[in-house]
Amino acid sequence: MLEHIELFFKSIFIDNMVFAVFLGMCSYLAVSKKVATAVGLGAAVIFVLAVTVPLNWLLDKYLLQDGALAWLGPEYAEYNLSFLSFILFIATIATMVQLVEIVVEKFSPSLYNSLGIFLPLIAVNCAILGGSLFMQAREIETLGLALNYGVSSGIGWFLAILAIAAIREKIRYSNVPAPLRGLGITFIITGLMGIGFQSFGGMLTGGGDEAPVVDENTTVQELEEEKKIQEELDEKEVSYNDAINK
Amino acid sequence: MGLLTKKDASLILDPLADNNPITIQVLGICSALAITAELEASIVMAIAVIFVLGVGNVVISLMRNIIPSKIRIIVQLIVVATLVIVVDQVLKAYAYQLSKTLGAFVGLIITNCIIMGRFEAFALGNGPWKSFLDGIGNALGYGVILIIVGFFRELLGSGTLLGFPVLGDPIAKTGLYAFGYENNGFMIIPPAALIVVGIIIWVQRSKNPALVEEN
Repeated sequence: MLEHIELFFKSIFIDNMVFAVFLGMCSYLAVSKKVATAVGLGAAVIFVLAVTVPLNWLLDKYLLQDGALAWLGPEYAEYNLSFLSFILFIATIATMVQLVEIVVEKFSPSLYNSLGIFLPLIAVNCAILGGSLFMQAREIETLGLALNYGVSSGIGWFLAILAIAAIREKIRYSNVPAPLRGLGITFIITGLMGIGFQSFGGMLTGGGDEAPVVDENTTVQELEEEKKIQEELDEKEVSYNDAINK
Repeated sequence: MGLLTKKDASLILDPLADNNPITIQVLGICSALAITAELEASIVMAIAVIFVLGVGNVVISLMRNIIPSKIRIIVQLIVVATLVIVVDQVLKAYAYQLSKTLGAFVGLIITNCIIMGRFEAFALGNGPWKSFLDGIGNALGYGVILIIVGFFRELLGSGTLLGFPVLGDPIAKTGLYAFGYENNGFMIIPPAALIVVGIIIWVQRSKNPALVEEN
C-alpha cells in the first residue's frame, strides 16, 4: 500500500511529465489557450495512459523482456525481444486510441463530443509513449503499480496543462513585451513553474535538513543511483540523506 | 549550388531561421529539451533526428500514393518506429554510455511531433527528392536550436564543452574561477532549458518583428 502512495505522489509532483521530463510539450503548448479545451485534453490523456501503460506492462513482462518467453517452454527462455519494444508499444497505443475512439463514439456520444477531437491527437502525444517507456525503464514490478503509474502521471500532466491554461487566460490582459508574446512567455512561465515543482523533490526524502543532490535530468541515471543508494541502505542501515550526500 | 535549384535550396534554408520547427512551428519540443544539459547529447540527438526525418520523409513520400488515408497515422508510426529502432541499436552498439544517458528519449523520437508534422504537411504531398530536402532542412533547424541550448547550458552550468573544461578548473581555482567565477547550477536543472528556449524565441522575434504573435 505504501509503495502505491509513494509512486502516486512521486509521479504527479516529482517526476511530473511536463515539468521534469518535458513530455507532451507540443499539445501542452498548442491546446492550452483555453481552460475548457485543456480540461478535455487532460482527461483524455489520463484515460489513455490508464489503459495503455498496464497493457504495455503486460506486453513487456510476457513478450519483450529478457527471458520473458519462458512461459512458452524452456526452449524459448533465451530470447530477448526488447529491441522490439518501441514498435510494439507505439502499435498498441495507436490501436488503443482508435479503439477507444470507436467505443466512446458508440456508447457515449456526449463524451465523444467533448473528447472526440482530442483523441486522434493523443496517439502522437509523447506523454503517452513516454509513460510506457519510463514504465519499462523504471522496471515497475506489478500490474497494479503500472496502472497506478499510468493514472498518476496522467494526473500530473492534467494539472500542468490546467495550470498553464489558466495563466494564459489571465496573461492576455498583461502588457508582455511584443517579441515575447504567445510562445516565448509561455516557455518562460513553464520554466518558472518547473522550478516551483523542483521543490517537491525533497518530499520523499523524509524532510531532512539537506536537500538531495539534484542530478541532471537523465532519469535513468538517477534511478540507477537511487537503486545503488537503496542497496547501500539495505546493507548498512544508514539514513537516506546520509547515503545520498556521501 | 549547381545541384539545387533556388526553390530546393529554400526548402533547406527556410527551416533554419524564419520557419524554424522549434521556435516558429512549435514542433518537436517534447523529446528535445530534456537532453540538452550536455552538448554531446544534443549533437547526437540532432544527428539521430536528421537521419530519421531525412529517410522517413523519403519513405513516406515514395508510399504516398498507396497509403489509405484512414490508417496513415499508423503507417507513419510504424515507419518512424522502425527507423528509431535502427538508431537505438546503433547507439547501443557504438556509444553505449551515451545511449544510457539518452535513455528513453531515443524512443521518444517516434512521437517527436516534428516528424509526424513533416510527414503530414510535406511528404504526403511531394516527391521523394523534395521531401528529402525538406526533412533534412527541418531536422537541421531543430538541431541548431538543440545545439545552441546545449552549448549555453553546458558552458554556464558545468563550465565545460563536450566534457572539456574550457573555463578552468572549479576546484583548483584556475582560469576564470581564479577571479571568483562560479558555475551556475541553475542551468543544469530541467526548467532552465525552457527558459533558454524562451530567450532564443525572444531574440529571434525582436530581430524579425514579422514573427511576433498577436497575443
